Amino acid sequence: MTPERDPSRRRAGVSRRRFLAGSAAAGVAAAAGLEGILAARRAPAYAQSTRLNILRWVDFIPACDVELKRQAGDAGKALGAEVVFEFINGNDLQPRITAAMQAQTGPDIIMMLHNWPHLYQSGLVDVTDLADWQGKDQGGYYGQSEAASRVGRQWMALPHGIVGLQMAYRKSWFNEIGATTFPKTLEELRQVGTKLKKKGHPIGQTLAHTFGDAPAWSYPLLWAFGGAETDKAGKTALDSKETVESVKFMQAFWKDACDEGGLAWDDTNNNRAFLAGEISCTLNGASIYIAAKRGQEKIKDERGEPMVRDIEHGPIPAGPKGSVAYHVAFSHAVMKYGKNQKLARDFLKWLHGKEQFSKWFQVAEGFSVGSTKFWEQHPLWDTIDPPMKIYRQAAASARMFGYAGPPSAKATEVYSKYIIVDMYAKAVQGMKAEDAVKWAAGELKKIYG
Amino acid sequence: MAHPGTSRPTGMTRFLENERLLACLLLAPTVVLLGLFIAYPFVMGVWLSLSNTSVGNVGEFVGLKNFIKAWNDSIFQTAFYNTFYYTFWATIFKLVLGMWLALLLNRHFRGKRIVRAAMLLPFIVPTVLSTFAWRWMFDPTFSVLNWLLYQGGFITTKLPFLSDGVYGMWCAIVVNTWRGMPFFAITLLAGLQTISTDLQEAASLDGANGWQRFWHVTWPLLKPVTLVVVVFSVIQTFSDFQLIYVLTGGGPANATHLLATYAYQIGVATGLLGEGAAISLFMLPVLFIVVWLQLRYLRRLEGA
Repeated sequence: MTPERDPSRRRAGVSRRRFLAGSAAAGVAAAAGLEGILAARRAPAYAQSTRLNILRWVDFIPACDVELKRQAGDAGKALGAEVVFEFINGNDLQPRITAAMQAQTGPDIIMMLHNWPHLYQSGLVDVTDLADWQGKDQGGYYGQSEAASRVGRQWMALPHGIVGLQMAYRKSWFNEIGATTFPKTLEELRQVGTKLKKKGHPIGQTLAHTFGDAPAWSYPLLWAFGGAETDKAGKTALDSKETVESVKFMQAFWKDACDEGGLAWDDTNNNRAFLAGEISCTLNGASIYIAAKRGQEKIKDERGEPMVRDIEHGPIPAGPKGSVAYHVAFSHAVMKYGKNQKLARDFLKWLHGKEQFSKWFQVAEGFSVGSTKFWEQHPLWDTIDPPMKIYRQAAASARMFGYAGPPSAKATEVYSKYIIVDMYAKAVQGMKAEDAVKWAAGELKKIYG
Repeated sequence: MAHPGTSRPTGMTRFLENERLLACLLLAPTVVLLGLFIAYPFVMGVWLSLSNTSVGNVGEFVGLKNFIKAWNDSIFQTAFYNTFYYTFWATIFKLVLGMWLALLLNRHFRGKRIVRAAMLLPFIVPTVLSTFAWRWMFDPTFSVLNWLLYQGGFITTKLPFLSDGVYGMWCAIVVNTWRGMPFFAITLLAGLQTISTDLQEAASLDGANGWQRFWHVTWPLLKPVTLVVVVFSVIQTFSDFQLIYVLTGGGPANATHLLATYAYQIGVATGLLGEGAAISLFMLPVLFIVVWLQLRYLRRLEGA
């Protein structure tokens, strides 16, 4: 039952006062956590002034943040505390985490992207019990979510979802140059992109210090050629002929097929360039398609038709060693310095539960998928537009930073310093492929040893 | 001191008449503020730079390891060079253009007050805000400057304002000059107005032309003010953070990092606080030497 439908919740304010006065429900709620709260149908013993702060990125689907704010109101009633979301630019999350952990004060819950929980583990509360509950309740985690949040045997953050990354492209422009299906190999993509660039429709790819798109392209490119950051033991393995080949491909791809302004793009530039008809293809979450759909009255193609009808998605084409994607897993971490850890845990159990997550999941329209396989069966997928169906199981096959070694804090450090991204960025700016790989391998050696 | 015939001084009066105690009392708030907001962070910064502190982990003393590591880091070397390059050229442009503007504004013309007020706008608008506007103008895809140049027939392909390291650095220098020039102009204008017009007239009567009047009369008298402005500007430009952070983020591929932005990238974004503190402390001796040399020169000028 949702809080709105439950008449007893409408009197949450009164119930809370009674509760604070020492009603019997308090004991139940305090002892049994969220189940107790819900069973008692009264708010728990959090003081009325208790405030829970949650820090998240500004979602690429603005309606998702609106939905979270709405849910914050419901959660406040259910938990008897004020729940406040703060949304900031994704690139600013890491500095905020560092500042909060060093100052030992800040948001009670912080959104973690990628495998950040490994880097910040000393400041996070172990949420293994919650992770076990969610995993069992929702059909088991994707490998990507587990690799991102599980540090050894402990879960240091509770997986929330995954942003699947696929290549959005303009069907009509691809058709014009004879590409009726999306290229299957990277070499085909380069050839198609060369023709498109000559027609004034380059492929757009960022190689700047962006938290999502640049690493989500660079790491899979490395893997597609058989390159790897480390070996299985976690020792640097970047300096290989496979890595050099991947860099040489990128140099040619960049020059022949890409918009060279991508070196200065942030995570939003490719969205804007695509929707303005400046580029023909880009690796991205589904936000381009969703924005084109929601704004179809304004976002038109050169024929005056809604652009959304001309957008299709395809996976990153295969290299000599196949195609392995990287998708952005995200989770919620309870901060160790927080004074409301119990409340934070209760809130996460509420927010990540099937009932609440389902509402948010539907608003996301496939941009964010679940962290567990359960969400592949959601009715949303039966009615979603055909170009979006590719996101349904996208999260099932992906690798984590640090491959072939285990995901670790060192892999997060490599990501945070953008070493793999910069290896490609240096090469497309004129550095010899071998030298760019040597530079990156040297940087990795300083980190991995 | 109590005057004859007046009543005996109270305890408070005696206390206030004790110059040493009163001085301590008056200085105390400043000392506390300086200690809290300058000395403590500085000492903490020095300690962090000598430790392997990372986010959430209390570090141990590692001596100069962080400094040595930074010195051998190719990105640090780029940032170190960039910081000098950026400071040098931005200061030169600000000085030359600021001086030119000050000389123009020192003349009498209609609307002088409005022009003087308008000139201060770049300096008044918050740096982050104005830099965002510049970033849009330099946008790799939608740059209005590229559009104008293209429409004007000056270029056939887009200029890589922020997607090329050299262009990116010069864009930053241009924005810094645009922002900092009013500070030079207004300060130098204040200096110009203290120079007696009699001197200029006397030089004119002696047959000096405009350049000679500037070089032999105005410039020598303006030199002390100019040096003070340059000192301030060098300090601010050398430790600049906001402008690069917003405009290029240090990119592409770390090509436009300054010491401050790279220290932030390593210390705050990556969480390696010890290494970040060491990188930022590299600014200290350089700034110290620059300021010391300039102040020494200034003292010599005053002595002369």
